[in-house]
This record gives sequence, C-alpha cells and structure tokens, in this order.
Amino acid sequence: MKFKPIMTAALVAGTALSALPAAAGPDAIKVGLLMDMTGNYSDVAGRGSVTAAEMAVEDFGGTVLGKPIEVVHADMQNKVDIATSIAREWFDVDAVDAIVDSNMSSAGLAVSEIAVEKDRLMIMNISGSPRFTNESCNPNTIHYVYDTYALATSTGKAVVRGGGDKWFFVTVDYTFGHDFQAQAEDAVASEGGETVGSVLVPLNASDYSSALIQAQSSDANVIAFATAGADTSNAIKQAAEFGIGQGDDRQLAGLLVYINEVDALGLETAQGMLLTSAFYWDLDEETRAFSERYMEKMGKMPNMSQAGVYSSTMHYLKAVEAAGTENYAEVMAKMKEMPINDFFVKDGYIREDGRMMRDMYLFRVKSPEESTGAWDYYEKVATIEAEDAFTPVSESRCYLLKEES
Amino acid sequence: MLRSHVLPVLALLVLLCIAPLVFYPIFLIKLLCFALFAAAFHLLLGYVGLLSFGHAAFFGTGAYMCAQALARWNLAPELALLFAVAVSAALGAVIGFLAVRRQGIYFAMITLALGQMVYFIYLQAPFTGGEDGIRGITPGHFLGVVDLSNPLALYFTVLAVTTLAFALVWRIVQSPFGMILEAIRENEPRAISLGYNPTLYKLAAFTFSAALAGLAGGLKAMSFQIATLVDVTWQMSGEVVLMTLVGGIGTFLGPVVGAFIIGGLEQYLAQSALPAPVILGAAFILCVMLFRKGVAGTAKSLLQNRAPKRSTPDNPETQATNRIVK
Amino acid sequence: MEIFGFPPQLILGQVLIGLINGSFYALLSLGLAIIFGLLRVINFAHGALYMMGAFAAWMTQAWLGLNFWAALVIAPLAVGLFGLVVERAFLRSIYHLDHLYGLLLTFGIALLIEGMYRYWFGAAGKPFTTPDVFRGIWDLGFVIVPKYRGFVVLASLVTCLAVWLLIERTRLGSYLRAATENPDLVSCFGINVSLLTASAYVLGAALAGLSGVLAAPIYQVTPLMGTNLIIVVFAVVVTGGMGSLSGAIITGYGMGVIEGLTKVFYPAASSVVIFVVMALMLLLRPAGLFGKEA
Repeated sequence: MKFKPIMTAALVAGTALSALPAAAGPDAIKVGLLMDMTGNYSDVAGRGSVTAAEMAVEDFGGTVLGKPIEVVHADMQNKVDIATSIAREWFDVDAVDAIVDSNMSSAGLAVSEIAVEKDRLMIMNISGSPRFTNESCNPNTIHYVYDTYALATSTGKAVVRGGGDKWFFVTVDYTFGHDFQAQAEDAVASEGGETVGSVLVPLNASDYSSALIQAQSSDANVIAFATAGADTSNAIKQAAEFGIGQGDDRQLAGLLVYINEVDALGLETAQGMLLTSAFYWDLDEETRAFSERYMEKMGKMPNMSQAGVYSSTMHYLKAVEAAGTENYAEVMAKMKEMPINDFFVKDGYIREDGRMMRDMYLFRVKSPEESTGAWDYYEKVATIEAEDAFTPVSESRCYLLKEES
Repeated sequence: MLRSHVLPVLALLVLLCIAPLVFYPIFLIKLLCFALFAAAFHLLLGYVGLLSFGHAAFFGTGAYMCAQALARWNLAPELALLFAVAVSAALGAVIGFLAVRRQGIYFAMITLALGQMVYFIYLQAPFTGGEDGIRGITPGHFLGVVDLSNPLALYFTVLAVTTLAFALVWRIVQSPFGMILEAIRENEPRAISLGYNPTLYKLAAFTFSAALAGLAGGLKAMSFQIATLVDVTWQMSGEVVLMTLVGGIGTFLGPVVGAFIIGGLEQYLAQSALPAPVILGAAFILCVMLFRKGVAGTAKSLLQNRAPKRSTPDNPETQATNRIVK
Repeated sequence: MEIFGFPPQLILGQVLIGLINGSFYALLSLGLAIIFGLLRVINFAHGALYMMGAFAAWMTQAWLGLNFWAALVIAPLAVGLFGLVVERAFLRSIYHLDHLYGLLLTFGIALLIEGMYRYWFGAAGKPFTTPDVFRGIWDLGFVIVPKYRGFVVLASLVTCLAVWLLIERTRLGSYLRAATENPDLVSCFGINVSLLTASAYVLGAALAGLSGVLAAPIYQVTPLMGTNLIIVVFAVVVTGGMGSLSGAIITGYGMGVIEGLTKVFYPAASSVVIFVVMALMLLLRPAGLFGKEA
C-alpha cells in the first residue's frame, strides 16, 4: 500500500522533466532548429547556426505580417528519437511554422516526413545526403546549401579541368563513402580524367598511413578523401606527415571539408588542399560584412551551413511576407518562385524537387606565408555553375521532377 | 515478494493508461522501449550478476531487423517483431557463447568489444543505409486489426507488448530457472556441486536477455519508423547501464524507473542550455559514489525501515549494492 | 617474389606501420594492466586521459609557448597529477565495492571529461604539428617512414622497457607486485599500501598522458580521440590477459601488426580484426595469452 505513492512520485518525477512547455501565443511566426549543441557536430552547426537564424530574424525587422518572429532551438544530442519527438511537439503544441535545420541526415529525413504530415516546412542546411531531393523528396522540404553529389561532382570536374587527371581515392568504408567516391569518379571521367586506384578505410580509423602509402605508390596526381569530419582531419594531417601534397607533384582534395576543420588542422598542415564549398566568408564586400557581424557574436567565421541558415531563413521570411500567409504550400510556392539574391547566393533558385540551385566554388587552402591573419584560409580557384554541380533533372530520382516532365 | 510488487505494478499500469492524456504517445513509446531494454539488461545484471557493456548490439539488431522486415519485406508487424526477436536471440547466443567464459570485468570488456564489432558490421553492411538509416517503414495493422498509423493505437499496442514481456521476465525470475541463476550468482562452485552447469544457465539467460533487448529495439523501430546506427553504438550500451544504475540494481521495477528518468532527462536537456554529455557523465559518477541503490532501491529500503519485518538479510538489492558479481 | 599475390615490400612496410600503432596499444594496455594490478579497476577513463595528454601538449605549446620536449615532460606529469586527484577523490572510496563499480565510475569520469573538453575546445580540436627535428621522411626503400614515427616506436619501446624494469627489478616494484598479490599482508610489513595504490594509478595515468603527447603530432587532437581507441585497447587487454606486464606490451605490439597486415590482405575487415582475434582467443584460451584464470 505504502509503495504506491512513492512509485507514483518516481514516475511523476521522471516524466515531469519532459513536461511540455506552455504553448506561446499562436500569433507568432516561429522557426526552429534541431541542432547538436554539445556533441561532435557542435562546431559546424550548433550555436553558430542558431545565431545565424537569430541574425536573419533581427535583420528582417523582427516581425512579419504584423506578427513577431521567434527562433526556437533544441539540442537533439545526435539522436533521431529526440529530434523527431521535439519536431512533433514544435509543430503540434508550439505552432512552429518551419524547421530551418537539423543535424544528422537520418534525423533530418525523419523530420522532413513529419513536416509533410503536419503541413509545415523544412529546410535542410547542414546535412549533405542526396536523398533529400531524390528518393525522399517531398513538396515540404528544401535542401539549401549543398549535397554530397554536388561536392563530389564540383571537385571532380574542376580539378580535372585544372590538370589533375589521375585520381586515387581514400574512401571511408560504408555507404556514404562508396556513394561519394562513385559520384566523384563519374565527374572525373566526364571531364576525361581517370581513376588509377582506391583504398577503403574503416570509419574512425585514426591511422591512415597504410592508405597513404598505397596512394603514394600509385601514379596519381590527385589524392581525394571521400571521408568526413575527424577522419578527414586525420587523413590530411598524416598526408602532410608523409610529405604528400606538400612539395611534390600531387594534390590533395578533401571532398567534404568545413572551414572549421581547416581551422582546427592549421594552415601548416592543410596548405595546398583543394576543396569545394558553397561559401567562404572572404569572397566579397557582402560576405565580409555579414561574416564580421557574425564573428562579433560567435568569435569565429561562419561556415557554409551557418551562412546558409541565415540566407534560407531570410528567404523564408520574405516568402511569408510575399504570400501574406504562413500556410506552407503558399509560402513554398513563393520560395520556389522568388529568385534568391543576397551575400550567400547570387541568382539562386529553388528547383521543383526542393534543391536550391547555386554556383559552387573550388578553393585551395593557403600556405601560412600567404595568409594575412586569422581565418584567411582559402583562395578561390574555380567556380562551378549550379547546373554543372547539382544532380541534373534527367538523373533525378525525385517523383516531383518526374511528374513535371 | 509477489505481493509487495502487485500494487506498484498496477499503479504504474493505470498511470501508463492515462499518461497519453498528458504526454505525447510517441514520447511515452520511447520510454516504454527504453524500459524494456533496461529490463532486458537488468535481467543479466540483477539476477545473474553479469554486466554487459554491449547490449546496444541486440537493441540495434532488433531495430534493423524489424525495419528490414517492415520496409523491404512488407511483413505484418507481429511477424516483423518476431523476426527481430529471433535474430537478436541468435546473435545473443553467439556473443553469449564467447562472453560467458569470463566473468566480472572481463565479461564487461568482452561484451563491449563484441558490441563494437557488431556496430562496424552494421555500418559496413549496405542494407542499413549508413547514416540515413532504414527508412520508409509503414507499420501496418497489428494482428491484422489494430491500425498502427494511429498514435494512440500504436501506443497501446506497444504498452500491451511490453507488459507481456515484463510478465514473462517476472515469470522467469520467479521460476526454478531464475532461482538457479541466483544460486549461481551467489555461489557458483556450490551450484556446480549441486549438479548444475553454470555456463549453460548463463548462456540461456544471456540469449533471453538479448531477445528481449531485440524486442525493445524492434518496437522502437516500428514506432519511430526508422532504424539508425545510433541504436547500435556503445553510447547506447552505456545509456542502458546508466538507466539501470539510476533506477536501482536488484529491484524488478528499478530499470523501468531509471529508463523513465533518463528518457525524461534527455528530453528536458534538449530544451535547456545544459550540455547533455556532461550531465549524463555526472549522473554516472553521482550514482556510483552516493546513490548505489538507485531510486527504486532507496524507495524500497525507506519502506522497509518503516516496516522492519519485511527486511531480510538475503535481499538481493542490499547485496547487489556492494557486490554486483560474486 | 610475392606472398599471396602481394609484394613483400608492401607487407614489410605494413608490419612496420603496424608496429607504430602497436606502440600506442602497448603503452595504453600497459597502463591499464598496472592500474588493474593494484586497484582491480578497469580504467575506462584511460582514453580520456590519453586525450588530456594530447591537449596538455597543445596547451604547453599554445599557452606557455614551450617546445615539444617540454610538452613530453609536462603533459604526463599534469595527467598524472589529475590521476592523483581522481584516485583520491573518487576511486579511493569505492575499493571495498564490487570491481564493476570502478568500471562504471571511470566510465562516468570519461564521459564528463570528454564532454567538458568538447565544451571548452570545440569538437573539431586543435592544431598540433610535428616538431621541427622530426620533419621529413626516411625512405627505407621498401617503405617510407616519417621520422617522427620512428621516434614514436623508439620512445614507446624505451618507456615500456623502463616501466617493466621499474616494476620487475626494483624494490619499489617488488612492493607493488607484493601488494598486488596480497595487500593485507604487505600492509602488515609496514608498507603504505594506500600510497602504492595511488602511485599505481598515477603511473598508469601518466603513461596514458605520454601516449597522448606522442599521438598529438600524428592524430588530430580532438576531445574524442581516445573514445574509440579505448575499446580497441580493451580488446587487446582481454586477448593478452591481465596476468603480466610483459604480456600487455607484447600483445599491444602484436595486435598493431595484425591490424596492419589486415589492411593489406583484406581492408574491409581491418575495423573488426582485433575483435575477431579476441573472440578466437576466448575460444582457445579463455584466460588470454598471458593470463591466469581469474
């Protein structure tokens, strides 16, 4: 008998922690971000992405259609179940109108499906899975900054055009890496280059010497890393140690590299590496103006995804204003209709499958001598036009594009 | 023993039946899945004295197998769950066969290492889809009648399945088989001298625990309509250890309480500015240093102090707090 | 001449490279074995201590402006000191409990440390470059070895040998070994066992810190660099058994070589080969290569 109240108390204590926050007034336009705030991806997204969204709201003026605009965010802790249950709560209880970023492709894809179910909007900035605009495409989702297809294709084409025509791949051994390499190989071949060898490495392997020795003994003039995150950092660091890509006739190409990773490696280690990005803070007056404001708040420069959060949030708010409603379908129609012109993208547009079409840039990492100070890391080598970089309509696996044609 | 549990269990069931009025069904489903997962883990720790640090391997296997059966083979949900349980049990038998050869710390390290091996196998296997996970799951109709696309129907289905699973655990713990397990935990040489083969009993318990963990994983995949690598990572194995520790080792309801607390805490941390990994690490340290009985264990001993006649020297939880393993 | 279709130079090269990875396995499993010997605790925080060593090296360069050699001395001392605090504040009060609580406690400590470091320094980590003396490579004909890696193998061998001599051949070591066998008896002889226990943990922590400094120029210095490593080292420890220090060292190097060779013959299995070897060992010799049945 006496057990019951204690058990009850325990249960209540356990679940009360998750008590739903009181719903705010319905008369606000809300954008939400499901970010990894403290985990492995907190540098490339996290607080920086939230700050970028807040800056967009501030710059927009704080209100739209006479309603205040609010930014909400949650630490999804790299867990799909947390991301999805918060997304549901945001849509149902907090009346969030759009989720403008989510870490992890698995979580992002799940959230995108919830957006469909709840008639809301989802914009993906940080994740690069091509699924968002292929198998899993839907009328509620926009993939804004990049995808792995565009990175692989842009790097492949631009580097071959620049003379690097014999490729050796160091590829992380799972679906992500296999697809990444296949896309890059296609791009290399399409420009007349060839793949002379490749080696698979396990995820989180930390030691790449074995792979690097094999790369070195090949006659490749480009060594490409179809890896991500800490794996890329370790591979680049060890390539420098083996004297590959610095002072010999080989070039290193990182297929997915964020500026944060170059910062963490240091220019002495990363110098000379080629990489593709949708954004660099020091491209022109406009990018510098935004980035320096961001720097004041965050203490570091924004990467492409963080700048993308600002740009996509701004575009969303403009579309809400133009549509005169927060109804997702009308806002989405406006977003796809209006061209995007800001510091982040010139003459960008959103294709029917949700893919934002923009030019990509090939950068070379500067040497310590070339760099004039903190965050002066990249030199632009080439521009790859949007139609050249992203999946062409003919190859798309998205049903939205099939209906059209 | 039985009587002291009837009321709290009934109270819990009633609460769980009315909980959807207050909480999201999908959030409650997550708690139920974690509770079952923790109970599976605790079956080994609390009753056999074996701490497995690789239980995510079975949870994740259940999730992947259920997702595979639902998304690609279009099996009925109950068959998909059975398939998930069968494969997890088989994997449990293999890993258990290797791991039960050693005890204590070695057992923990072996299960951790083998669990990591399972993670790498799933990472590299094409059918798991890498980071994107297995998607496109439509849960369908449970037993051909219950429409699982309705969140409430889904919740009560999961509740019914987990309740059945818990009843089964209870039955096993109370059976002669459970008694022999406890005897082996308390004094293995003596159990051997009585003619029992401890290795065989431990292996059976390990396999059963793996099957239950697989059921929990399968339920989670079916409900969230996704199976991902997160469920196979060693962090997930660590989390289930923490749940059991917080709830109380050696008490039947401890894992449930712990799973609810940790599940709720994670949801709370998501919307707070506190760094989740740091808080979870601190919770681990606090529990080991100051709070070894856990919530349920503390509650129980408080009650026993008020009613001293119930206190018996061979209470499993008082022993478990000093010695998990002989 | 070819072996299974692979040129012998390639195989020899991979053996050498495997030895380099083995150096880290050996240093870390040696530290684990020393700690286990006296405390009967499997130190789950070992990976975090290794990471702290690498960050301490970065701090001595970035904050104090000192060179690599200074880091090589300061970082193990700092990590050892931290180990002393952990032992006195936490581990000390749980020795009377089941050893599994030690595992759980150090697991929590590892989560806490890694969480804090990620919070302070960011997930991408910090830059650390090879010291100038060791810039460049040796071309041995059959394989190219960066000079620094040669130094790592040497440093690891010398350290392992020194620690082994310290414990097997000195008076202090004989106390340590005696306390491992029978702590009660040793304290009867007026030897401070509590101090011995603390020094064992400090020594183990310092070894992890040293591995961290040695790793800093090779691996990216990030808060998570020790996380995945520690699980592999656990498998190494299980394979070798906890019976002897020399066993821990030999198994460490051996596993590095086996892993290196797998990368040539069957790369897809290189992530799991150490676990497979561990499983095979459990089938054939459950106590491990050098272990006594516990």
